[in-house]
Amino acid sequence: MKYLCLAAMGEVDGAVAAAISERLERQFALPVRRMDLPAVDFAYDSARRQYGSVPVLTALVSQCPDDALKLVALTERDLFIPALTFVYGQAQLGGRVAVVSLARLRQEFYGLPSNPAVFLERALKEALHETGHTFGLVHCAERECAMSLATNIRQIDSKRAAFCASCAGHLRRRAKE
Amino acid sequence: MKTHWKILVVDDEEVMCESLAAWLREDGYAVDTADSGRAAVEKARQTDYAIYFVDLKMPGGMDGIETMMQVRRLHPEASIIIITAYATVDTAIAAMKEGAQEYIVKPCNPEEISLLVSRIVKVKNLQRENAILRKRLSHRYSAHDVISKNPRMRQILGLAGEVASLRSTVLITGESGTGKEMIARAIHTSGDRAQKAFVAVSCAALAETLLESELFGHEKGSFTGATERKRGKFEMADGGTIFLDEIGDISPKLQGDLLRVLQERTFYRVGGSEEVRVDVRVIAATHVDLQAAVAEGKFRDDLYYRLNVIEIRIPPLRERREDIPLLARHFLERLSHELGKDVGEITESALKVLMDYNWPGNVRELENAVERALVTCRGQELTDEDFSFLARNGLANRAWAIPAGMTLQEMEKQLITATLERTGGNIKESASILGIDRSTMYEKIKRYDIAR
Repeated sequence: MKYLCLAAMGEVDGAVAAAISERLERQFALPVRRMDLPAVDFAYDSARRQYGSVPVLTALVSQCPDDALKLVALTERDLFIPALTFVYGQAQLGGRVAVVSLARLRQEFYGLPSNPAVFLERALKEALHETGHTFGLVHCAERECAMSLATNIRQIDSKRAAFCASCAGHLRRRAKE
Repeated sequence: MKTHWKILVVDDEEVMCESLAAWLREDGYAVDTADSGRAAVEKARQTDYAIYFVDLKMPGGMDGIETMMQVRRLHPEASIIIITAYATVDTAIAAMKEGAQEYIVKPCNPEEISLLVSRIVKVKNLQRENAILRKRLSHRYSAHDVISKNPRMRQILGLAGEVASLRSTVLITGESGTGKEMIARAIHTSGDRAQKAFVAVSCAALAETLLESELFGHEKGSFTGATERKRGKFEMADGGTIFLDEIGDISPKLQGDLLRVLQERTFYRVGGSEEVRVDVRVIAATHVDLQAAVAEGKFRDDLYYRLNVIEIRIPPLRERREDIPLLARHFLERLSHELGKDVGEITESALKVLMDYNWPGNVRELENAVERALVTCRGQELTDEDFSFLARNGLANRAWAIPAGMTLQEMEKQLITATLERTGGNIKESASILGIDRSTMYEKIKRYDIAR
């Protein structure tokens, strides 16, 4: 039986990880197994004071269990790619691994008081988004769809933690393949 | 669709190159990578990329600017975005001077790159749409697309082809709906002005002062409501062709202004003192007899001779009945596609109805008739039933073709019947058309026993 793997890279908010696990299980109709992986310190870039998402994905490829369909990892660290100031996450498009950074999803990052409910909602959306990429979904023009491109936190807040009908249909077709 | 547009990311640093490519692929674009300027130029030779992200500093003797210059030689329309980690004003100026669309400093905000790419794609989509529409339009109005096997029409098309590349003024005459504008467009698209504007103006549609401003433009404040300076149709058509339809309807003042443009190729905007010079080919059209208008003193003879350098007279459809089946089938094919109807044929009986009809509105009326029949048609071919509305129009036409030997009463009965047909049985309107009052109308309907 194929399954999805949800990994915590280093210390990650337990309640959020549990909620994401439950959401992925329901959305993709696949069992989710949880696992712990080393933190992303190996990907630290001292000049940028951030963590490179490319080496993280490379590490995840070697750590993905053979029988797992996908491996989605969570980290509390802030991720980047060389061309961009930051990324909320990164995935292999149509591949097996993805990573979601929770760093910029907390209200505290923007100097605002903590709000666990808002944080959880954002984390669910981003986990669905990056997992969707591993199933071959590209960004969706439907602003409310979890697959719509978000380049700032307002855009994450304006989408829903669900796929639009078109993306959901694409996922169903992929699931049958 | 984003996937139509291909992007090439060029950077000697593999992580930089691949990660940006992966990020753009998530957005739905087809993205390739090249690790040097030379590799990029090689790929550009094989593939038509819409957007290039090119790193400024690359080893191997070909930096970003040189790469951009070589790519632009192969694809002048490509959008090139120069990326650099070390921004200086000099390099930015050099990049922009050589044709870079944007110059961005890495690391760049994701929002900035996303907006930049979507803006470029939006412009490219519009450019492509524009090119497709231009092609479709030129095909639609090409002289080869005018359908006729009538010898006079073939002669006209030959003449249109011959005069296409001349600058001489052309006067197209013919009844309404014979396709005067289509011939004008065919002349325009067959000549060396085809890539420039074709501007059509209906001179009958506007009042004198409005037409003057429409043709020559106006200066700000030249009249009430002129809040901005506006370019006129002559300026818009500069380098191309202006088509002046219904030229016989223009006022004596405008006739004088137009003569000046034809003679000197210059004019003044309304309320302006600056002389505007244009290079415009004029094609005029009219459904009235301009020679008769000249004889009556309604149209300036000097303007008439200026306009009538080359005259093309389009015969009415009733004088080229052999074209009716060809045209009907052509309109059926085009309109059934446009209206999404699965109707492929016209029956012989339907063609007979079309051949027998007089077509006072000419080809335009035939096109409208085919469209109307298609809208109401329930089968897979157009039958005479689908054109039954023409019989009603025909009755109206026949009312005027009174055979000798008819009594005055019979003639009156037919006239009243035809008028009622035209107004859909409206007594008040029919009485008004006939110039009688309503009570007289009722009395005559009763007397002649006319069904309503």
